[in-house]
Amino acid sequence: MDNPGESRGRVVRLAGHGREPLAFTLDGIAHGALSGDTVLTAVLAVAPALRGGDPREGNRAGFCLMGACQDCWMWQEQGPRLRACSTPIAAGMRLLTRPPGDWP
Amino acid sequence: MTARPQVVVVGAGPAGIRAAEALASAGLVPLVIDEGERAGGQIYRRPPDALSRPPAVLYGSEAGKAVALHATFDRLVAQGRARHWPRCAVLAVAERSLQVLGPEGVSTVRFDRLVLATGATDRLAPVQGWDSPGVYSLGAMQVALKAQAVALGRRIVLAGSGPLLTLVATQLLAAGARLEAVLDTASLADQLRGLPDLMTRPSLTVRGLAMRARLARLYRPGVRLGAIETDARGPVAVTWHDAWGRPRRSPCDAVGLGWHLRAETQLAELAGCAFDFDETWRQWLPRGDAMGRGAEGVYLAGDGFRLRGADGAELSGRLAGAACLEDLGLPVQRTAADLAALSRVSRFAQGIARAFPWPRDMVRQTPDGTVVCRCEGVTAGMVRAAAAHGGADVNRAKSLGRVGMGRCQGRYCQIAGAEIVAAAAGHASPAQAGRLRGQAPVRPAPVAAIAGPAAAVDPLQGDR
Repeated sequence: MDNPGESRGRVVRLAGHGREPLAFTLDGIAHGALSGDTVLTAVLAVAPALRGGDPREGNRAGFCLMGACQDCWMWQEQGPRLRACSTPIAAGMRLLTRPPGDWP
Repeated sequence: MTARPQVVVVGAGPAGIRAAEALASAGLVPLVIDEGERAGGQIYRRPPDALSRPPAVLYGSEAGKAVALHATFDRLVAQGRARHWPRCAVLAVAERSLQVLGPEGVSTVRFDRLVLATGATDRLAPVQGWDSPGVYSLGAMQVALKAQAVALGRRIVLAGSGPLLTLVATQLLAAGARLEAVLDTASLADQLRGLPDLMTRPSLTVRGLAMRARLARLYRPGVRLGAIETDARGPVAVTWHDAWGRPRRSPCDAVGLGWHLRAETQLAELAGCAFDFDETWRQWLPRGDAMGRGAEGVYLAGDGFRLRGADGAELSGRLAGAACLEDLGLPVQRTAADLAALSRVSRFAQGIARAFPWPRDMVRQTPDGTVVCRCEGVTAGMVRAAAAHGGADVNRAKSLGRVGMGRCQGRYCQIAGAEIVAAAAGHASPAQAGRLRGQAPVRPAPVAAIAGPAAAVDPLQGDR
């Protein structure tokens, strides 16, 4: 049974449910993930896309999951951009689907 | 020159690990550079500790091979007989040195000999709607399942051709995911053409057929794909025609696409290897001898050299290591058995290529409005317009039409792009449209990492 939070997401968890929960934010809203998740898994468990807003590019949700296509880059409120498929989620991450205000 | 030559192996999949093992057996201490968190490559990828599951669950019939390979590499590193740089991407090769991007930034690594075991990605063909979020490569579907224990959608359609199509489908079903259809663009007649070569490894062929039997009516051969229908959120259905030409529509919220594999060859090119167009695989592959000698001091192994799968990768990795030792004048174990086994594996791989061919006609007839380059949104019509201006040359088409210029550097559009350029110019083979030139860095790197003051260190210096 999906909980209301997960029903907005894209991925379905098939195993490994009993893991340590941890908290992150996406566009300022608090969400939960499980330790061992990549950023991509954690975000797509609660949202349909990793990145959006650029009309030319549309929304992006990753494509190859092996670091080759570069489709899954995301922004953080502070710090460098990250490749969601190959970055483990960490407690307290503050992720953005759009560039922060000071992005050129 | 020092007493102990420095050999760098790029890639820690089956080929890279067996090459490192061969090199270590002669007393060398190879440095293995890999993008993964843990060694194993894509096929034998290991999940993070928190998601660890029994090998039989993760690797099925190949569990024994996966466990043996992981154990070999972990032992080499634990004993100090090989060094491992995980989470590191090689950006460029020049003058016996590599630019390596790791968690701490870019460094320069000098080498005397280089083994490239860079693997492959899925080979993609454009389908209308494939640029929508929720469309993935077949490999992505498998990585999500193995490394993250997730399905990338609630109702999944898989489409394409090749061994991965059936494998990923059965793995998803076994894990409890819901599949709506498994659409193979190869016809049963295509598949029969591959059969004589496939019977060089009858047990593998039988296993493949057994997997397909498990898919029952989900599996459809000889399909002509139409479009991926999408809304703002992503896919809602795939339209297709069955082998008898009847129109069909499979509702879904996720799609996995792939037509076998594309060799990852950028570093081989930068390292000076020559390339030949391989008509069977319908792609450019680096030139090399049977042992994997590609260029002076450069050795090639695994799917990045020839698309022979995991078993072929282990064999060719060992042979590349042996070639390197031989050229260094070091003792080499007998290679005759490996060469014989590799020739059998190669014949099987040719059978796979014939049985599950690149969908040449589908790609040539890609509608003008369909996106070919996902990164930049370049459509087939724009590629054809560029070809009309620049002629049958993929590099001109890139300059004029931006196809291959995006952030994936053409990895997912160049094969289809070349096919469309060749077709527009009236050529039967993409070979006549030339080969897209590789550019360093072969992975995106932050400018600060390259231009920063810490760039010019040589972490191997202390070892010498």
